[in-house]
Amino acid sequence: MTNLISSEVRELAAKDYQYGFVTDLETDVIPRGLSEDIVRMISAKKNEPDWMLEWRLKAYQGWLAMAEPKWQNVGYAPIDYQDIIYYAAPKPKKVLASLDEVDPEVLAMFDKLGISLAEQGRLSGVAVDAIVDSVSVATTFKSKLAEVGVIFCSFSEAVQNHPDLVKRYLGTVVPRKDNFFAALNSAVFTDGSFCYIPKGVRCPMELSTYFRINTADTGQFERTLIIAEEGAYVSYLEGCTAPMRDTNQLHAAVVELVALDNAQIKYSTVQNWYPGDADGKGGIYNFVTKRGKCAGVNSKISWTQVETGSAITWKYPGVILQGDNSVGEFYSVALTANHQQADTGTKMVHIGRNTRSTIVSKAISAGHGQNTYRGLVKIRESASGARNHTQCDSLLLGGDSGAHTFPYIEVKNPTAQVEHEAYTSKIGEDQLFYCRQRGISAEDAVSMIVNGFCREVFKELPMEFAVEAQKLLSVSLEGSVG
Amino acid sequence: MMLKIENLHASIGGKEILRGVNLEVRGGEVHAIMGPNGSGKSTLAQVLAGRDNYEVSGRVLYDGQDLLALSPEDRAATGVFLAFQYPVEIPGVGNLYFVRTALNAVRRHNGLEPIDAIDFLALARERMRLVEMDESFMTRSVNEGFSGGEKKRNEIFQMAVLEPKLAILDETDSGLDIDALRVVAQGVNALRSEGRAMLVITHYQRLLDYIVPDVVHVFAEGRIVRSGGKDLALELEQYGYTGLDQSRSLASAGVPDRATP
Repeated sequence: MTNLISSEVRELAAKDYQYGFVTDLETDVIPRGLSEDIVRMISAKKNEPDWMLEWRLKAYQGWLAMAEPKWQNVGYAPIDYQDIIYYAAPKPKKVLASLDEVDPEVLAMFDKLGISLAEQGRLSGVAVDAIVDSVSVATTFKSKLAEVGVIFCSFSEAVQNHPDLVKRYLGTVVPRKDNFFAALNSAVFTDGSFCYIPKGVRCPMELSTYFRINTADTGQFERTLIIAEEGAYVSYLEGCTAPMRDTNQLHAAVVELVALDNAQIKYSTVQNWYPGDADGKGGIYNFVTKRGKCAGVNSKISWTQVETGSAITWKYPGVILQGDNSVGEFYSVALTANHQQADTGTKMVHIGRNTRSTIVSKAISAGHGQNTYRGLVKIRESASGARNHTQCDSLLLGGDSGAHTFPYIEVKNPTAQVEHEAYTSKIGEDQLFYCRQRGISAEDAVSMIVNGFCREVFKELPMEFAVEAQKLLSVSLEGSVG
Repeated sequence: MMLKIENLHASIGGKEILRGVNLEVRGGEVHAIMGPNGSGKSTLAQVLAGRDNYEVSGRVLYDGQDLLALSPEDRAATGVFLAFQYPVEIPGVGNLYFVRTALNAVRRHNGLEPIDAIDFLALARERMRLVEMDESFMTRSVNEGFSGGEKKRNEIFQMAVLEPKLAILDETDSGLDIDALRVVAQGVNALRSEGRAMLVITHYQRLLDYIVPDVVHVFAEGRIVRSGGKDLALELEQYGYTGLDQSRSLASAGVPDRATP
């Protein structure tokens, strides 16, 4: 069986990435490199007000003084920040009055990705903001959402049309100088999604952003800001893909969530950026800062992520539990195959009383994949009665993969309860043989065992996404037995 | 002849465990294989089911085909079933989902349409009753948190659903209290039929009070050293394996060289 396993792991390594095509779009690209002039140029391209430019420039100055962090458990060649294109946008043929006028090439590209932007064609009832390279190309269901007061638009539009909201919340959860990549993003971010759910409104449909990197050598720096007012509820999904290229591309996004009293935000990610080829050449560097703030009492923020793509994934979606009785959740499945590396986890910062957090992390490593869980649970002095439960499980497929766990726990309040459980298992030959003895092929058995391993996380995903995630996992693991 | 084993050898890491097993089993027969711990009984079960950690030589004909040439899943599809001595846990995979996936894999292999969820549920309910399994075991993860007895019942339940032609029960009685033993044996007996052969591997005679075999084989040091009718088991009970060895050497002329009664 050992021979069978390694040959099937090799097959997995040869598995093609399904979304690796390039669409020939006429694109507006600025020169390579980063300088104050480039920041100004990006701001000017987007016709931004002065306050926005000022904000960017402060971030840029901050970034210049910062050093790229080296503590993460991943390895990569130095990034030349002067060799990246910081702005690329598909050229619109003219100003768009409706979706019908979106460049047919763009619509065709999204169709190919399985995402129809034609509203009539959509049965799923999910509103989509589609982002290509640096800009939002279309947002669906805007008018329907507006009827209940929900604002769902590109970040650029929000800067133009809802400056007060943007000014009030931008950078309040992830400050400009939070970290090296957040500062970089704050200087050069080009677009992203903006959602505002007014008081007492339960958003009538899932909101979703689909990110696509198309142009070569560009970085994607999007910024998402979601605000749920008192008693509001929203479920938000994001998906990502990129073409296959030999060079690495940088994706450094920032996501900020704000939940006021009794509000709830559910944020789900299925990340499938190009992971690089079997030898580890190419692929996306996914260095992302995601954080939510439970600002109000009884508020709740849940992160659910399925990370199957990218050459390197480095992110810690966290929750600041400020409001009393607020709840933070993090459910994660991270898969690393071939030469992929992931250093991911969460940060739960308990400030308010009786705040609760749950962390469930499932890491799967195949091939030469290296998977690290890194999580911080911080209980401040003020957080009386705070509780955390952490469970991180690792599954290894094949002998060359690795799983690592770095839990950091800081407790400053004696009434807090913190629990941590961790397991590492290997898809044993015993499990595999048991399935095969019952007539189930080795490949189906691996898929079944892995999906079972992830079930606690998948059940947190919206139905449609859960099915997608299972398929994605099966495809990513095809032929992988260990 | 359903199963014909000829001079079967198996070794692992250079250590020979099976040293020339010969055995013939007809459809409808129940054969008990008894022997002390470490005599190679479980290895025989694993080798027949297709576990490939072993270096194997010799010949096994099953329904006229070369069993050793088939993958474990193909063996299962042609009707070979192993009730595991240590059933494996699969967290997060529902028990019923698992069994249905297995049944449909076997059906697909045999050119049949997959059974739909509703028909399957009816079938599963009926077969669970055979081993007095509570319906809560339908949705629990495969064997996870099951007691020893529950795991063994689950094996017989799976066997009842898959309806194999050749069932190998590897120490199905180990770790069972007397009530669980009775229930499991009752399930097995209900599945005895003309077209189905069973190899019941056990260390103790007590299982054979409930599942009465047609033939009893004594296994020692990697081969069958003696075969006889069901009374042989009683003799074993009385003299133990060592006593039997002596009685065998005294009466070696009377040992049948073919493993049929």
